[in-house]
Amino acid sequence: MSTDVMNDPHDSVHKHEHEDGHDDHGHNDSGPTTVFGFWLYLMTDCILFASVFATYAVLMTATAGSVSGKDIFELDYVLVETFALLFSSITYGFAMIAGQKGSKGGVINWLIVTFIFGAIFIGMEINEFHHLIVEGYGPSTSAFLSAFFALVGMHGLHVTAGLIWMIIMILQVSRQGLTPQVNTRLTCLSLFWHFLDIVWICVFTVVYLLGTL
Amino acid sequence: MFGKLTLDAIPFHEPILLFTFAAVALGGLVVVAGLTYFRKWGYLWTEWLTSVDHKKIGVMYITVAIVMLLRGFADAIMMRSQQALATGGAAGYLPPEHYDQIFTAHGTIMIIFMAMPFMIGLMNIAVPLQIGARDVAFPFLNSLSFWLFVSGVILINLSLFVGEFGRTGWVAYPPLSGIAYSPGVGVDYYIWALQLSGIGTTLTGINFLVTVFKMRAPGMKLMQMPIFTWTCTFANILIAASFPILTAALGLLTLDRYLDFHFFTNEAGGNAMMYINLFWAWGHPEVYILVLPAFGVFSEVISTFTGKRLFGYAAMVWASAAITVLGFVVWLHHFFTMGSGANVNAFFGIATMIISIPTGVKLFNWLFTMYRGRLRFTTPVLWTIGFMVTFSIGGMTGVLLAVPGADFVLHNSLFLIAHFHNTIIGGAVFGYLAGFVFWFPKAFGFTLNEKWGKAAFWFWCSGFYVAFMPLYVLGFMGMTRRLNHTDNPEWTPWLYVAFVGAVLILCGILCQLIQLYVSIRDRKQNLDLTGDPWNGHTLEWSTSSPPPFYNFAQLPTVHDIDSFTDMKEKGIAYQRPEKYTAIHMPKNTSAGVFMGGFATVMGFALIWHIWWLAAVGLLGLFASLLSRAFDNDVDYYVQPDEIERIETAHLAHIKQA
Repeated sequence: MSTDVMNDPHDSVHKHEHEDGHDDHGHNDSGPTTVFGFWLYLMTDCILFASVFATYAVLMTATAGSVSGKDIFELDYVLVETFALLFSSITYGFAMIAGQKGSKGGVINWLIVTFIFGAIFIGMEINEFHHLIVEGYGPSTSAFLSAFFALVGMHGLHVTAGLIWMIIMILQVSRQGLTPQVNTRLTCLSLFWHFLDIVWICVFTVVYLLGTL
Repeated sequence: MFGKLTLDAIPFHEPILLFTFAAVALGGLVVVAGLTYFRKWGYLWTEWLTSVDHKKIGVMYITVAIVMLLRGFADAIMMRSQQALATGGAAGYLPPEHYDQIFTAHGTIMIIFMAMPFMIGLMNIAVPLQIGARDVAFPFLNSLSFWLFVSGVILINLSLFVGEFGRTGWVAYPPLSGIAYSPGVGVDYYIWALQLSGIGTTLTGINFLVTVFKMRAPGMKLMQMPIFTWTCTFANILIAASFPILTAALGLLTLDRYLDFHFFTNEAGGNAMMYINLFWAWGHPEVYILVLPAFGVFSEVISTFTGKRLFGYAAMVWASAAITVLGFVVWLHHFFTMGSGANVNAFFGIATMIISIPTGVKLFNWLFTMYRGRLRFTTPVLWTIGFMVTFSIGGMTGVLLAVPGADFVLHNSLFLIAHFHNTIIGGAVFGYLAGFVFWFPKAFGFTLNEKWGKAAFWFWCSGFYVAFMPLYVLGFMGMTRRLNHTDNPEWTPWLYVAFVGAVLILCGILCQLIQLYVSIRDRKQNLDLTGDPWNGHTLEWSTSSPPPFYNFAQLPTVHDIDSFTDMKEKGIAYQRPEKYTAIHMPKNTSAGVFMGGFATVMGFALIWHIWWLAAVGLLGLFASLLSRAFDNDVDYYVQPDEIERIETAHLAHIKQA
């Protein structure tokens, strides 16, 4: 996703070309351009989620004689899970602040904390899925459960991808330091991570809160 | 070990397929032998396959699109000949299970693997040049998009010789496309071919949006962008907003087929109409993705060859914007028969009819551009005029179909088939073919032969009418789509006429192949030395043909919509800058090729349930991405002396011409 970033353009030769102040002409992949591109990617991802949300909304009553959300959701458990993810967003913010201060060690430490919170979230989600399947409420049971597993699972896959990306970023920060390229990637991952947080708030509201009403 | 894949998957018993396979194998062998004999493998690899240059990627897109046009057309003429033979109770020569695969492949190929890459190819070649940029925003991503698209192409063609393709129609509606009614691998080929190339398309959309918003030449305001760039931008907005819906729909169908989910099945509460809604929420914007850039080509062509500024530039941009928005609120007209009720149908019917208003605005703009112009009747102009007549007819039958009451009668009849071919061939394809002739000299440095180009147009245009007007009639007579054999004697003469039309279009395609051959043979006489063969208006004509890899030695400063005309009038075109400065450029990379390759392996393995191989493909994909992410040696500077050498040669050419 962020692999298309190239080295920082703001070197002397480049500046000379553009007295008019427009950056990146005749150039590509500078920081702000990459972040804008990544932001657009997030919008496409948003539409992907919207499609699955719409499917869930259509199918949430199609329980085919089996359980509905009210029977299987445990709000207390999901609330803990939710807070793990929300905390991970805050700690990612601390990582970015450390990055602003140029503290390489601070970035790495906060990324590790963020990773732990994210991993707790994913672990709890896998545990929830495992319980449901063991009790006979797997995705094959009804259209409602298919939609539930697909929507929550798709968010979970995104978070997992974010965790893998985070490991890569921890490696890159420790090996390459806070170069402009690494900083751009940290910004993109930050956007991704907060975006997933917002999506989760929608999942929590639409799936769990409305489901247990 | 090999999942569902056994030797039975290879269709030894189908003589047509064996013959095709032999022809493809022979053709492939000739190409391989040629490349080896002329020692061109290294050239192909370093100059083309690993290139991140938008112009070369554009050429590769269009090359694949033309090959797929031949494949899709072969399917078309087989269908027309089958229906002409299998009328009046005869069986024809294509058994139903084969015929069903042909119409499915025809639709999928023509939309996803012919029209889309043709459009994206033209966009790749022209848009960065038109906005005075040196490449797209993310050159490596562009290469990756292309190779993901190619992996889709490989999968869909593989389905001819290994296994089967879907028998569901190109829309793959469940429950027919579900595992219960399509237990074979055909639908899986469909899913993975579309999924991989669709992800590539989404990335292209994002890439070009960033390009036009962030990389325009100094001085170029948004409302000074060339009209083709504008229409492509709207197409890219539609891509970014609609392709994820296709990704979702195909993903959910995949879960149904692979993991026993129940989104679209008949049992356990599944709802097939949900798929159909999602599919068309992508599918309808998709037709505007195809046609808007074609509108842009026509605008460029008509203003260039009348020697006038485009009439109503701002109206053209806003009409495209209106079409973009309205394109998202009409999807339900593809299934008025779903039974969503009179009010819902009325809303979507009216929204559909309203689209004809901005489209009409465009048509009048083109007419007023021609008015009192000195029109040069070149091949692109013929395509444009052919389009204006043909597309008007297609638009009107579309408005007719937008009336829910009429649609209940004509739904899924040949009237519908005639309508959408009328708009897609008469709109999108004519536009791409016009764009092909128009920008060919820019990409290759010589113009195409006019005589064969005009012959191709007349065969295509007349062939279109002969092939599709009878289908309108047949639709009114009650003939539905996708029929393998029929026994209504009243239909027979119309089916014969339609077949003749297909043969005429074949002549048109042959003329185009001859045109290419003749033009390449006589290229020395038709060289485009100035880079401006048509007296063009926009920046792509201000640089040499083909442009240097860095496009512009010095970035142009823009003061006008027709910025190159403006420069020519002020006498500042082709000016030599005081001194050349170094240019920052991306290096070529093989990462895109490898990622496309691993994606193909993964797709093939998933189709055949070879799980270990799918894991290998996924890991390979990830490893290639990672190695790219850790590679910091991705760019370099072109030195001023090299630029000066290239530019001096070009300026000498201009003097000579």
